[in-house]
Amino acid sequence: MTSMAEKGEHRYVLNMGPQHPSTHGVLRVILEMEGEYVMDPQPVLGYGHRMHEKMAESRSWPNFLPNAARMDYLSALIYNHGYVGVVERLAGIEPTPRAEYIRVITSELNRLQSHLLWLGVLVLDLGAFTPIMYTFEDREKILDILEDVTGARLTYCYMRVGGVVRDIDDKFIQRTREYIDWQRSRMPMYEKLVTGNIIFRKRVEQIGEFTPDMARRFGLTGPVLRATGIGYDIRRAEPYSVYPEFDFDIPTETAGDCMAAYKVRVREIEQSLRILEQALDKLPEGPCMAKVPKKLKLPAGDACYAVESPRGELVYHLTGDGSDTPYRMKIRVPSFSNLSLLPELCRGMLLSDLCACMGSLDLVIPEIDR
Amino acid sequence: MSDVMNTGFLPPELLRIIFTVICAIVVVFGNAVVMGYLERKLAGRFQRRPGPMEVGFHGILQLAVDGVKLVGKQLIVPKQTDKALYRLAPIISFAPAIMPMLVIPFAPKLQGRDFDVGLLFILAVVAINVLAILIAGWSSNNKYSLLGAMRSVAQNVAYEIPMLLTLLSVILVTGTFSLRGIVEAQSGGAWFIFFMPVAFLIFFAATLAETNRAPFDLPEAESELTAGFMTEFSGMGFSLFFMAEYTYMFIACSLTVILFLGGWSGPPLPYGEYTSALWFFAKVYALLLTMIWIRWTFPRVRFDQLLNFCWKYLVPFSLVHLLVTAVVLKL
Amino acid sequence: MKEYFALIFTGGKSLIIGMIITLRELFRPVVTVQYPRETLPISPNFRGHTILIRDDEKPSKHRCISCKMCERECPSNCIDLAGEKREGVKGMVLVRYQLDFTKCSLCGTCVEICPTDALDFSQEYRHVGFSREEFHYDLLAMVEEEK
Repeated sequence: MTSMAEKGEHRYVLNMGPQHPSTHGVLRVILEMEGEYVMDPQPVLGYGHRMHEKMAESRSWPNFLPNAARMDYLSALIYNHGYVGVVERLAGIEPTPRAEYIRVITSELNRLQSHLLWLGVLVLDLGAFTPIMYTFEDREKILDILEDVTGARLTYCYMRVGGVVRDIDDKFIQRTREYIDWQRSRMPMYEKLVTGNIIFRKRVEQIGEFTPDMARRFGLTGPVLRATGIGYDIRRAEPYSVYPEFDFDIPTETAGDCMAAYKVRVREIEQSLRILEQALDKLPEGPCMAKVPKKLKLPAGDACYAVESPRGELVYHLTGDGSDTPYRMKIRVPSFSNLSLLPELCRGMLLSDLCACMGSLDLVIPEIDR
Repeated sequence: MSDVMNTGFLPPELLRIIFTVICAIVVVFGNAVVMGYLERKLAGRFQRRPGPMEVGFHGILQLAVDGVKLVGKQLIVPKQTDKALYRLAPIISFAPAIMPMLVIPFAPKLQGRDFDVGLLFILAVVAINVLAILIAGWSSNNKYSLLGAMRSVAQNVAYEIPMLLTLLSVILVTGTFSLRGIVEAQSGGAWFIFFMPVAFLIFFAATLAETNRAPFDLPEAESELTAGFMTEFSGMGFSLFFMAEYTYMFIACSLTVILFLGGWSGPPLPYGEYTSALWFFAKVYALLLTMIWIRWTFPRVRFDQLLNFCWKYLVPFSLVHLLVTAVVLKL
Repeated sequence: MKEYFALIFTGGKSLIIGMIITLRELFRPVVTVQYPRETLPISPNFRGHTILIRDDEKPSKHRCISCKMCERECPSNCIDLAGEKREGVKGMVLVRYQLDFTKCSLCGTCVEICPTDALDFSQEYRHVGFSREEFHYDLLAMVEEEK
């Protein structure tokens, strides 16, 4: 930090992380501070780097399936979905209709639990302990439902090329319907306890504002982008799986501050519930696994598959060379781009607001480091 | 109390001093244990979990076990701390917390000493805590601690003003700084909370800030400053701060009860001169439970909002309140 | 001036509403359990570490034919098995099946790939140990012990 003296001697460096309560994992942010004001935040990455892309290139493609869940522990099924999607697109395999519906149902459940966790954690970052326990109560119901069908609670490895491992049964449908009603009944409570609270509103309104222009420049996606008024959602913009068959809205806000991102996510919870309801109603009969050759070789060529993760646009880009090992795999993760906004967004901000901003960006560090 | 002890060998005044000091210490430690347990248990129940359940019936001995653990812990003094100040800070924080117990009138005959300026004595002694927090933050040689300490000082200085202004409204009515005098002025159910509810609310908000309780717990602010000024403290150092915090809460609530809720007054009890302390403690703990309830409901305010709230809302309101009180008294 | 008082009113109201909500939750029953003493039922589909399915009709009490498909397909290389030819027995006889659970990522590939359906997931979720070696499970010994 040689430039510090030039900028002003009264500045000091505060090292936030890699172990800090509000960096959610092993993110380290070096803050150049002036009193309580953050003048220059610089994120430092790489504490949890595991070379997932390289691992994909060095082993046969089915062996990457469990890795997909380890990148973003909060939306493992959506990562599963993206990976099997890209392999299917490259190899030209068509999954069965029932499998597509099951994928959408489980993905949306996964998105709901991610949003619920985020809701609790954002409020926890702002200093309220209790709401996270209430969201965990809801989240636990989703995890129980998913555990029953996938066998795991967090790092699911459920989807396969051509379909899914295990078919869902009537009990699953019954429990999901019960859950939808339960979650609908809970939302007014969060509305009153969190959204309406004057302290919460004062902490997030007009904090960390950014414009659509800035969002485009940093390649933001997901709820953070939609908070600036751009209704860009992969489920609509580049429809995949069976999403075109459902009627749902893309919630947008225009303010671009933390409160807008908050409102977008809360409204997305309702939209996910709508998708779930429709998918359960329309669920077709049939096998949940298509005929896939036992030894599938990836044909030479490229394929790209984008899905909407709870944090934004997730893209798998796969290059095959005729063997069963991918030649190159590139994963575009949303949190990485969203985090790159942080230095510009948080310049000249109070330390407390930095915590609120990081909370509203909804960062998942293993996804950034992957 | 003195007539009970007149029979001993020791001079009665000395006995009285020893007895009061022992009582004060018992109240301080007892309060810390009860509050520590209540806080954890209620926090659990607010969050739909049972809280401590393992040690003793419903975890009732949990705090005793925690105390033993904290006493047994090694005191870690980090390098490059100001060692003398670092060791002194928890003691400076805790020691003054005992003194206000000597003047608080728990019941008509349960009071160590009734000063004419008892109220001012308490405020003066309690203000030392700010110094202790500043010393702790400074001597730890940790930026998080220092930030916490700075916040604490600004917050305490700012909130002292509305607190004193609302106090003055009460003093205008009673005409005395003696705590006993203030309680006696409210006898017969004429509690000041009924005449000046606004002053009560302002005073309670100010006490929340003075005792660094949520939503004004900025000096600790776990999610921002890890543990604020206590970051580097462990073992007994930490537990002294912990006990001091609960004792200051107790003192602040006692003051609120004395000023606005009629102190020991309540339905008559047998041996009321001593047993009416029950009413006093009931009121104090009702307020303390409210503090816990508030803590487990709200997010934390931001630093500038905290000061804005004080200067834009509490101070003008308390000034107007003082004016109105003075005018009403003159009429 | 009007906004000033309106903010006090709406703000104060929102705080009171929040406190009423937490107070209501205070008197509702707890949702957690005291874990080691009480446990929740585990879903029958829960995927613990893999086990060899016990099959009493077979002389070896399991269906493994030592084809090593699982060993080859395992993404984490956590399976180590060996079979040998024995006099008078058709096919290979399994002599070692070691699962290194510290590496296993519970993906289930081995269970799916197995040609004889010899593998299944256990219901065991409580794994405790003081050393890495305690998580090196000998599945063959496990299936034989259950006699």
